[in-house]
Amino acid sequence: MYAFEMERPTTVDEAVAALKDEDAQALGGGQTLIPTLKARLAMPGKLVSLTGIDAIKGISKDDAGRLCIGGGTVHRAIAEQGDFPGLAGLAARIGDPAVRNRGTIGGSVANNDPSACYPAALLATGATIVTDRREIAADDFFQGMFTTALEEGEIVTEVKLPIPEKSNYQKFAQPASRFPLVGVFVAKGADGVGVGVTGASEGGVFRWREAEEALSGNFSADALGDLAASADGLIGDMHGSAAYRAHLIKVLTGRAVSAAA
Amino acid sequence: MSKVSMRVNGRAVSGEVEGRTLLVDFLRNDQGLTGTHVGCDTSQCGACVVHVDGAAVKACTMFAAEAEGAEVTTIEGMANADGSLGTIQQAFQDHHGLQCGFCTPGMVMSAAALLKDNPKPSEHEIRKYLEGNFCRCTGYHNIVKAILAASGQEMPAVAAE
Repeated sequence: MYAFEMERPTTVDEAVAALKDEDAQALGGGQTLIPTLKARLAMPGKLVSLTGIDAIKGISKDDAGRLCIGGGTVHRAIAEQGDFPGLAGLAARIGDPAVRNRGTIGGSVANNDPSACYPAALLATGATIVTDRREIAADDFFQGMFTTALEEGEIVTEVKLPIPEKSNYQKFAQPASRFPLVGVFVAKGADGVGVGVTGASEGGVFRWREAEEALSGNFSADALGDLAASADGLIGDMHGSAAYRAHLIKVLTGRAVSAAA
Repeated sequence: MSKVSMRVNGRAVSGEVEGRTLLVDFLRNDQGLTGTHVGCDTSQCGACVVHVDGAAVKACTMFAAEAEGAEVTTIEGMANADGSLGTIQQAFQDHHGLQCGFCTPGMVMSAAALLKDNPKPSEHEIRKYLEGNFCRCTGYHNIVKAILAASGQEMPAVAAE
């Protein structure tokens, strides 16, 4: 690692102020950023650790019945909550137990790794991402591989997810990294069905709109019928071709619908 | 450099660290607690697992400065007060849960974290929990047996016996 300064503020305001410095970068749970620093793929002058800010940790429900998860909440806590089983199942399969004790939802969402799990759930449920300065709809937030609507120094303080009637996440794990080769989150809410797909596209996480439409009329795997996910723009690499990933999208969507609870 | 203070195995310690000093390097180099191993240094192998405020974490993927004020337990804190092996350590010895021993500190710390949450885990639950702990010698079977034994359960004939 290159050398950097470390600050550990205890409030969001202090963190925002610390991030105003040029070359400052926020550090969530560090389960992605620290390996990135070790590989010298990032060279921040200063890291602002968010782990000392208690106000952005914890899970609650708001008046609209949404699950409100602080950005600094670790995967393990999300895996252990009982209000949104589909999301708990997703969180329980991120990394391994030690990673789940450190990694945070805010860090994952802000990084927007094209194979991260949470973004699929946020898109499928129509979640809202809350930052130190505004609220952003998930559809507007995720803008491509490692790209989000966040400005320099903007911190994800909370994620608000409408709790669906039924939901499920299916992950086809790449055997070495255990990241999803393809992951699909299906959510059946009062206003229709959301299908979020991660791991598959060169453009990062996306909604499979055709499947959403078909499932909104008939929430069963059969409703996918002759639909096929397009392989255009999907990732093709040594782990699987674009056509293979397109095939997986449909198979996993069907499985998620059948397993939704 | 900045000062960091924490409790390690019940003892108050402090030291001067750089921003980039990893918790595992602070434990090994500053505190001389070399039981915690660095296997891969890429967050995959779990040889560096310690407990921070009761939770198992990879000490190679956390900065020392982030452990300010924390209660840290390492493999050196797992022995009994009289210096004899703790229950899990003894079970690893009794059931040949180690060969070269390099992964063992992390295995024992992960096992302790598992048993704290789930005192009677099934074989399947043990294998699933150890997803982030690699062993390149044993083939895992004797590690699973040791953890079953440490939890006071009958050991079924695990695979490849």
